[in-house]
Amino acid sequence: MKTVIAGLGAALLSTTMLVTSVSAETIRWARGSDALTLDPHSQNQGVTHNFAHHIYETLVDRDVEGTLQPRLALSWEIKADDPTVWVFKLREGVTFHDGAAFTAEDVVFSLDRARSEKSNMRQLHVDVDSVTAVDDLTVEVKMKGPSPLYVNNLTNTFMMDKTWSETNNVVEVQDYAAGEDNYAVRNTNGTGPYKLVSREVDVRSVMAVNDDHWAENKPAVTEIIYLPISDAATRVAALLSGEVDIVQDVPVQDIERLTGTDGIKVETGPENRVIYFGYKFGDAPLKTSNVTEGNPFNNPLVREAMELAVDRDAIKQVVMRGQSVPTGVANPPFVAGWTPELDAYPAVDLDRARELLAEAGYPDGFTVTLDTPNNRYVNDEAISQAVVGMLGRIGIQVTLASRPVAQHSPLVTSNETDFYLLGWGVPTFDSAYVFNDLVHTKDGSYGAYNGGLYSNPELDEKIRSLGTETDLAKRDATVAEIWQVVKEDRVLLPIHNQVLAYAMADRITLPVHPENQPLLTSVTFAD
Amino acid sequence: MSSQDMTPAPAPGTPAPVAPPRPTGRLRRMLDSDIFYSWKRSPVTVIATFTALFLILMALMAPLIAPHDPFNPASLNLMDGFTPPASASAFSDNWFLMGADNQGRDVLSTIMYGSRVSLFVGFMATLFAVVMGMGLGLAAGYNGGMIDAVIMRVADIQLSFPAILIALLIFGVARGVIPANQQESMAIWVLILAIGLSNWAQFARTVRGATMVEREKDYVAAARIMGVHPVLILLRHILPNVLGPVLVIGTIGLALAIIEEATLSFLGVGVPPTQPSLGTLIRIGQQYLFSGEWWILFFPAMTLILLALSVNLLGDWLRDALNPKLR
Repeated sequence: MKTVIAGLGAALLSTTMLVTSVSAETIRWARGSDALTLDPHSQNQGVTHNFAHHIYETLVDRDVEGTLQPRLALSWEIKADDPTVWVFKLREGVTFHDGAAFTAEDVVFSLDRARSEKSNMRQLHVDVDSVTAVDDLTVEVKMKGPSPLYVNNLTNTFMMDKTWSETNNVVEVQDYAAGEDNYAVRNTNGTGPYKLVSREVDVRSVMAVNDDHWAENKPAVTEIIYLPISDAATRVAALLSGEVDIVQDVPVQDIERLTGTDGIKVETGPENRVIYFGYKFGDAPLKTSNVTEGNPFNNPLVREAMELAVDRDAIKQVVMRGQSVPTGVANPPFVAGWTPELDAYPAVDLDRARELLAEAGYPDGFTVTLDTPNNRYVNDEAISQAVVGMLGRIGIQVTLASRPVAQHSPLVTSNETDFYLLGWGVPTFDSAYVFNDLVHTKDGSYGAYNGGLYSNPELDEKIRSLGTETDLAKRDATVAEIWQVVKEDRVLLPIHNQVLAYAMADRITLPVHPENQPLLTSVTFAD
Repeated sequence: MSSQDMTPAPAPGTPAPVAPPRPTGRLRRMLDSDIFYSWKRSPVTVIATFTALFLILMALMAPLIAPHDPFNPASLNLMDGFTPPASASAFSDNWFLMGADNQGRDVLSTIMYGSRVSLFVGFMATLFAVVMGMGLGLAAGYNGGMIDAVIMRVADIQLSFPAILIALLIFGVARGVIPANQQESMAIWVLILAIGLSNWAQFARTVRGATMVEREKDYVAAARIMGVHPVLILLRHILPNVLGPVLVIGTIGLALAIIEEATLSFLGVGVPPTQPSLGTLIRIGQQYLFSGEWWILFFPAMTLILLALSVNLLGDWLRDALNPKLR
């Protein structure tokens, strides 16, 4: 994995050096869906952020290898005499699209807005106590306690102009769920490399290059036409017919065909997202099972049997057409805390699995319903269907309930499912993000996606200690201990890490971004 | 509109249309009938009948004749996935006449089992629509007045929306009402309800019109004078005389219901993906057109076309055969 990433990085570096920027180039960029809103703090959602990153900018962001890069902040460090304060030095000479200068006041305003009541970005700033401007180019963020990894939470928090926001009455964040609308939903004023020219929601948005942008290297793409095309086959057809230049969401089965087509190439790379199955824990009988005494999933032998029955390699080869990286841990390799030992997974052993089931008291298996989304992850429904067949072979009869993600997610967050598929991306690149939401007992701001209600007080204590531990070596050791328990206890049943594929016209190169948030400034053209 | 001469109505003075001179068996009578004659004369209808019968028999006998059992997930081998037609899997001893789909299911067996689901939903939904439409149509046509006005205005409103839209609406509401853990087992009945409810209006309209004609006839008046209960008049006297047109639109309605089921399943709101109907198979198959695995889409789609077309042709022929003006 490491070599793949390094190779990709090297390839990118060499192409960047070879190619000089070409004059006036328009790129037609097709995706499966549109940005939900342009209000930068209203929705914490990948497609929305991806769009916004072209117009607005963050203090820091990540390159294609996942390393933090300076963007509007030139440097960030914990204050020498106070471990609870982060100091950010800002880039000089940055202006917003309307000409106003970008200053520390704007950062204070934006961070306060991002952690306000209606903001969807709130959970990332939950440990912030106050934000103050020291001078025009220095900002101090006071935390509630030592938060050595806070800077990782800033990669999707965009900076707005305070004056513009006040003039246009958008100091408050749009309440998306309540169907609210405001000026910032359709109008933008960022510092980013592109300016919004026109926007028709769900149809077409046009962006033009910002000539006053601070970056020394001007982007090769001078105009972006963004086209949401929801049907996968139509999207691919549009690329084949030359109607669009880049398709970001390519179905795995079409990669081979596109690769073999003259004039089209496909860039693939690992995504920072793991696909896994979750179980319902606890002693109460499952809602959808024929076992009315106790919960079979609560028995570690059953979970072991299920892991031995699932053939991850077959899923990779047939369902994913080779476009996945099977894994034995619910943690992508990008994330601190991942190790090859954790990643290893057992070989399929149906006889042993049947023995374990019999030992657990279910020689004839049992029935249960599996809830799966059908429009969120790559081939999500097909993966679930395959697992239904594999579990059927050891006697576990699974009924498949397939729903769009809008109906599936609430089932998980409200603990109404017995057995479910979910994908987990880790924007902070740190294991604590996985533990907080998936492993910690459901309690307040913890365990939001722990839909199976797994609870281990000993682990909870360790997980909470990660937030304020300043000794990073000790913290790493704690992370390793937690993963060991999570893996041995089989809290989750990980299947694979997703692989992304972008298809594009031959003359263009857009490298795959591990969070699936590529910037079109990184597009290069062949001569 | 009147189909009096076709049916064993007690209307006075109407001789039986075919009066065989010698006593014969039922089969003999059927073979001598006008209907059979017109059937025999139309090669298209003969072919359509045999195609429909063949597909229905294939669906009915699926568990006996299908080479695999695609509804038993445990019997599938994922590694058989995408095996082309008329070839053996590279990973197992399985041989597939029509190829294997993305889950390693035998396409031929999946079509046989899938047609069962499609036909079952089609028949049950049409039956539901016929019973409901006929009941409301009889009531509206016989009573007139307020009852008629209310029922027919509801039917008018419903007819102004596409059936598929109404089915989607009913499906959505049912999904909200039924508890999550029963949704999968109830899915097929919800589908039948949704399609049935979206199609009753045209039956109600036809039956109402025919009932209003029959209501004025002497035999109904006679029955009424004799003090027969209105419900009995409707069921014993009027109903048999309005059945002809219902049979015609029922047959065409069956083809529509099968297509409607396929559409709903294609949109992903129908039966669970582990028990696919023809529409579900087409939805799965269309994802693999660009990548060249044409058989996953082609065979289910051809089956659906043949089924809908043959039933439709039968309905068309029946309409003409039962129309006295065309004789």
